[in-house]
Amino acid sequence: METYKADVAIVGAGGAGLRAAIAIAEADPALTVALISKVYPMRSHTVAAEGGAAGVVQAHDSLEHHFNDTVHGGDGLCDQDVVEYFVAHCTEELTQLEHWGCPWSRKPDGRIDVRAFGGMKIERTWFAADTSGFHMLHTLFQTSIKYPSIRRFDEYFAADLVVEDGRCQGVVVIEVATGQFTLIQAKAVILATGGAGRVFRESTLGGIVTGDGMALAYRHGAPLRDMEFMQYHPTCMLGTGLLFTEACRGEGGFLRNRDGYRYLQDYGLGPAEDKPRNKFMELGPRDRLSQAFWHEEKKGRTVTTAHGEAVHLDLRHLGENKLRERLPLICELAEEYLKIDPARAPIPVRPAIHYTMGGIYADLRAATPLPGLYAAGECASNGIHGANRLGSNSLVDIIVFGKMAGVEAAKYARGVSQSPHGVLEKQARGAQERALSPLRSARGKERHSVLRREMAQSMEAGCGIYRTAADMQATCDKIAELRERYGRVDVNDKSSVWNSDWLGALELGYLLEVAQAVVHSAINRKESRGAHQRLDGYEQRDDANFLRHTMAYHGGGGPPRIGYSDVVITRSKPGTRAYGAAGEQAQAQERKAAHG
Amino acid sequence: MAEGDRSPGASIEVEVLRYRPEQDSEPFYQSFTVPYAEDLSVLQALQHIKDDLDSTLSFRWSCRMAICGSCGLMINGIPKLGCRTFLREYYPGRVRVGPLNHFPIERDLVVDIEDFVGKLEKIHPYIIPREPRTLDQGEYLQTPRQLQRYLQFSNCINCTLCYAACPQYGLDPAFLGPGITALLHRYNADSRDGGQAKRAAIMHAEDGVWGCTAVSYCSEVCPKAVDPANAINQNKMASAMDYFLRFVKPGGARK
Ligand SMILES: Cc1cc2nc3c(=O)[nH]c(=O)nc-3n(C[C@H](O)[C@H](O)[C@H](O)COP(=O)(O)OP(=O)(O)OC[C@H]3O[C@@H](n4cnc5c(N)ncnc54)[C@H](O)[C@@H]3O)c2cc1C
Ligand code: SF4
Ligand code: FES
Repeated sequence: METYKADVAIVGAGGAGLRAAIAIAEADPALTVALISKVYPMRSHTVAAEGGAAGVVQAHDSLEHHFNDTVHGGDGLCDQDVVEYFVAHCTEELTQLEHWGCPWSRKPDGRIDVRAFGGMKIERTWFAADTSGFHMLHTLFQTSIKYPSIRRFDEYFAADLVVEDGRCQGVVVIEVATGQFTLIQAKAVILATGGAGRVFRESTLGGIVTGDGMALAYRHGAPLRDMEFMQYHPTCMLGTGLLFTEACRGEGGFLRNRDGYRYLQDYGLGPAEDKPRNKFMELGPRDRLSQAFWHEEKKGRTVTTAHGEAVHLDLRHLGENKLRERLPLICELAEEYLKIDPARAPIPVRPAIHYTMGGIYADLRAATPLPGLYAAGECASNGIHGANRLGSNSLVDIIVFGKMAGVEAAKYARGVSQSPHGVLEKQARGAQERALSPLRSARGKERHSVLRREMAQSMEAGCGIYRTAADMQATCDKIAELRERYGRVDVNDKSSVWNSDWLGALELGYLLEVAQAVVHSAINRKESRGAHQRLDGYEQRDDANFLRHTMAYHGGGGPPRIGYSDVVITRSKPGTRAYGAAGEQAQAQERKAAHG
Repeated sequence: MAEGDRSPGASIEVEVLRYRPEQDSEPFYQSFTVPYAEDLSVLQALQHIKDDLDSTLSFRWSCRMAICGSCGLMINGIPKLGCRTFLREYYPGRVRVGPLNHFPIERDLVVDIEDFVGKLEKIHPYIIPREPRTLDQGEYLQTPRQLQRYLQFSNCINCTLCYAACPQYGLDPAFLGPGITALLHRYNADSRDGGQAKRAAIMHAEDGVWGCTAVSYCSEVCPKAVDPANAINQNKMASAMDYFLRFVKPGGARK
């Protein structure tokens, strides 16, 4: 098998992977970096992020406010030591991106402009119109070209990790264009493979968001943490799930039901006012807004469309000019895909899957429990998002901890040597055999596109906005059945060149294992918190029993083993989580209690 | 996906170019009948084919929202993004889908874009600071007007549609071409950048802006209003001005 030797291998060239690669190149230009991605870096899904990235800049804002908003938004489940580090490094990293050329929107005096975002007390979201992720990704990708020590493997698909001597020592990759296998030997490996939202049906996610890195780490014994927390974004296009950014509401957009009524005031988010007010109404957190939709639908107060029930995202009052300047992509999506001019008509929207709060357990240093293996970005669970991520925290997560992973992996790589090539190659051959198995025709007649559809439908039914034990159990059973049928998948396409049929089958293998971790984590959490809401007697948050992280360990062919670990609490006791006027009241009371 | 607005049973014919180098001696069109709805995109039609009719069809896609730049195709002879082109534009007629012109076909609808990526790597596509600045000094000041000077060119999604549209690139693959020129200009026009001299040789070479024969079809097909023809024109002007300056400015020839 062809072999390439690097000091550090990075799987994933989205925001997190690119930032890690640059960090290594800057830390030590003598270290060689293999940057592996199944698509060209600029196709990575960071490209789709619209709204922006959080970093404290205003005089009346503070790191403490950003900390509190994040921990509050995460419904108690954030690791606060990590959040402290995070908020302290956001602005620096966003400034670094500015120095590298990111075209952030500006105020008339030439300084960075910031906008409001859901769940944030003070405006701190840096934005590049409504294509913030696109500009961050292209800035990082183009900047990475500057460093000769970064060797890219564009359109190489990671099929397995090489674990030898108790540590991760490389990656087995498939060149998409030829089907050839290569062993990339490395002293340290960083996973930056993004989320796993494609285990669901309607989503804001690109086709590549299939949880690959999570599944690879999981198979090698690294736990997946807090996987039950899958975020629904409240304002997505019906039928496709494409996103209308939260910035629509940050700029002042309203959500209305079939009667034109701003229904969020009925769900503890009011009072309704004409001007947007932070943490009120449309600027509440995503979990609450998605839940409110669910109730409106049950009450029959939604709008019926060809693709199902919807509410209206009303941007008309923002006016044509502001819409074109601040939300050009939103205008394009509404006009091209829906034939709606948002300056003249409201946009029908509904919740769709958007973000994976959980992931490969990684500590503050981005290290996983498997020595030599690091994880950063959406594939990781480093503890900053808790049970519900705040919008605009992820785009900074990927650069703050992307850099951290790079720096730490570089340090580690300098201190270790590799096992003999022969031993690693033997492992790689085993991985090759396993990856080729769906191409062996004698297996059966199952089709992976069919299994994928059944999985997504079942996940939506069992792990949607509201959950019950009966539905979750049905999904557990279904996923077990699908994993068994997966062993009989036959791939029609037998060729080596650009065989996306085969790679799609491998992706489904990853998806099924991650889906199983999600549903088993969910059914075992007998409380309601953040994005995990139950209707079967566990409607309340239960800190006594569940102020804990869920840890899912791979169970071979069977379901995962579920364990728990403590949440790190440094300075903020999990309080009542309320928004709108109720939130202000609760805060005042807590302050009084603290002083009295 | 779009049951709702589909007149029951409505369908549309999609012809797709097939070519698998290991088994086909030459490319050919294969015809499929797929369900029709007003809001279905050409990409969704291809996905339907792959999932339900013939899983061996290969094409690139990811975001579905015209931002990742993966899904460039020739659709009835015109370079377009499959995810932002709708079947309704052709219905009840048929849709003919092929790989982007002017690039080698790897397989089916997938083309080899290494030439584009290689050119991108060549143009120093990053800020070469005019004045160095440390992180604790904060951001560079850049007024909205200064931002406007390059913003449109930074909106390029690297979809390569403009290359498929460019007759000159079809004749001479060494030509730097529209999208990359726009990106080169994007950095030159950024108030933070001082790397113009480094990029000048590439821009003003014969394969640089002077290769362009001013057809402007590139700007017409660009899905993001980058207007690469405009970038080329501005630089032809700049390049010509430089040339004349050598004669009028005392000492200018020495630079
Ligand atoms: C529509 C949308 C809008 C968003 N808006 C915002 C926002 O406004 N603010 C905010 O903070 N967050 C936002 N987010 C979330 C945020 O964009 C993502 O969480 C973040 O960009 C993830 O970055 P990443 O680097 O971890 O992964 P990605 O950018 O998804 O990159 C993953 C990389 O891994 C590679 N990869 C995966 N599997 C393999 C494999 N098997 N082999 C090789 N390579 C592989 C991929 O090719 C890719 O390069 C948004 C998300 C979406 C979907
Ligand atoms: S200039 Fe326009 S058409 Fe050309 S690659 Fe960029 S976005 Fe695509
Ligand atoms: S799928 Fe991303 S541009 Fe079409």
